[in-house]
Amino acid sequence: MLENFSFRTIVEYLPLFGQGLVTTVWLSVLSFAGALAVGIVLAAMNLQRGRLFRVPAKAYIDAVRATPLLAQLYFLYFGLPRLGLILPEFVVGILALSLNSGAYVAEIIRAGILSIPRGQVEAGVASGMTYVQRMRLVILPQAFKVTIPPLLGQAIVLVKDSALLSLISVAELTRAGQLLASDRFMPAEGFITIAAFYLLLYYGLKGLAALSGRWLGLAGART
Amino acid sequence: MIWQQLQSIAGSYPLALRGLGMTVVLSLISLVLGTLLGFGLGILRTGGNRLISGAIGAWVDLIRGTPFLVQIFLIFFILPELGIELDAFTAGIIALTNLAACFICEIVVAGIRSVPTGQVEAALASGLSRWQRMRQVVLPQAMRIVLPPLVGQYVLLIKDSSVVSAIGLTDLTRVGWLVVQRVPNGLLVFFLVGLGYFIVCYPLIMLARRLEQRMGAAHGEVQL
Repeated sequence: MLENFSFRTIVEYLPLFGQGLVTTVWLSVLSFAGALAVGIVLAAMNLQRGRLFRVPAKAYIDAVRATPLLAQLYFLYFGLPRLGLILPEFVVGILALSLNSGAYVAEIIRAGILSIPRGQVEAGVASGMTYVQRMRLVILPQAFKVTIPPLLGQAIVLVKDSALLSLISVAELTRAGQLLASDRFMPAEGFITIAAFYLLLYYGLKGLAALSGRWLGLAGART
Repeated sequence: MIWQQLQSIAGSYPLALRGLGMTVVLSLISLVLGTLLGFGLGILRTGGNRLISGAIGAWVDLIRGTPFLVQIFLIFFILPELGIELDAFTAGIIALTNLAACFICEIVVAGIRSVPTGQVEAALASGLSRWQRMRQVVLPQAMRIVLPPLVGQYVLLIKDSSVVSAIGLTDLTRVGWLVVQRVPNGLLVFFLVGLGYFIVCYPLIMLARRLEQRMGAAHGEVQL
């Protein structure tokens, strides 16, 4: 049993866990920003009438959704040096998370834009608005509202996915747990502590999602 | 150069087949077990017993709130400390089954709650037992809501099975990792690994999409 569970060791390693937590947070923030950029471009391509942009965007989204993040991560980690791109591990990690989450963000944005009733667009046309004006003044403000809760859901997924970066030795939260587990042979102390930290992030983001749903006045918004 | 590498990779096809086999076996076993457990948990959660319902909700939240990699480490390294000896394969199955069950539980709960209460009341008035109500009235109607995300969940499960390579199981991802130590072409090796997953997952993604459209249409919803 776990009768010799050592809180003392956890306290001793707290600075390491703190660093790991901070790293996980900023890695996730940067990756989410990257995912938004990738997602907006992909969604815009996917909503075009012409096949030139739509087909590659769809192919990319399907390829990402049908393969595991870990394989994508290794693809970049072992593959980029081959192209002469020697990047630090954490950059490879941010790249992989951005490119992966970007595909899911694209689908969320696309669904948000398509959820706007056609009548709204037609009213914009009838008022003599240009395409850009319709997008900026009519569609996007309404679409923005419905995309916030699912985007926060994707942020939760991204934070959890960032744990995989420990496998390419990025010193984030999970890596801190592994270090404690291997240095002191204390897997319980290491992994239970990081699980608690992840739960902290999870409940924080979940609360934010619930709040945003209420602020935006989305009845029955669920995340 | 590329030709040599391709030959070298082709030489490790028995390993690749074993890896693919491991991925399929892991996914299939935990898919079946996870579905059964997930439906059980979902039905219990909507059953009206607050204690059971709360306990299941708390467990599901714990699992949804932590990375799968951390769950695998917890199971693989901590259960032995509690006196439960288990190998990597069993640990992988337990972790994947648990993960699938928790997500499927949520899907089933959403499905059951979507059935109008009038249906349950009518079943009550017809003198159906609790079990009959569930099996003959509620579940068949809930399946319309449950089925599309359930298939989507299977795709997630197959993809998540790649994470068990971290505790040394030789699945498809692990095979890629082993081969890339010998053939230093990560782009090619992991393109092929990705292709393996794509062949398994893509038909399921298409099926989920078709189901979503069909179920939506059957319900008279407008699909965009």
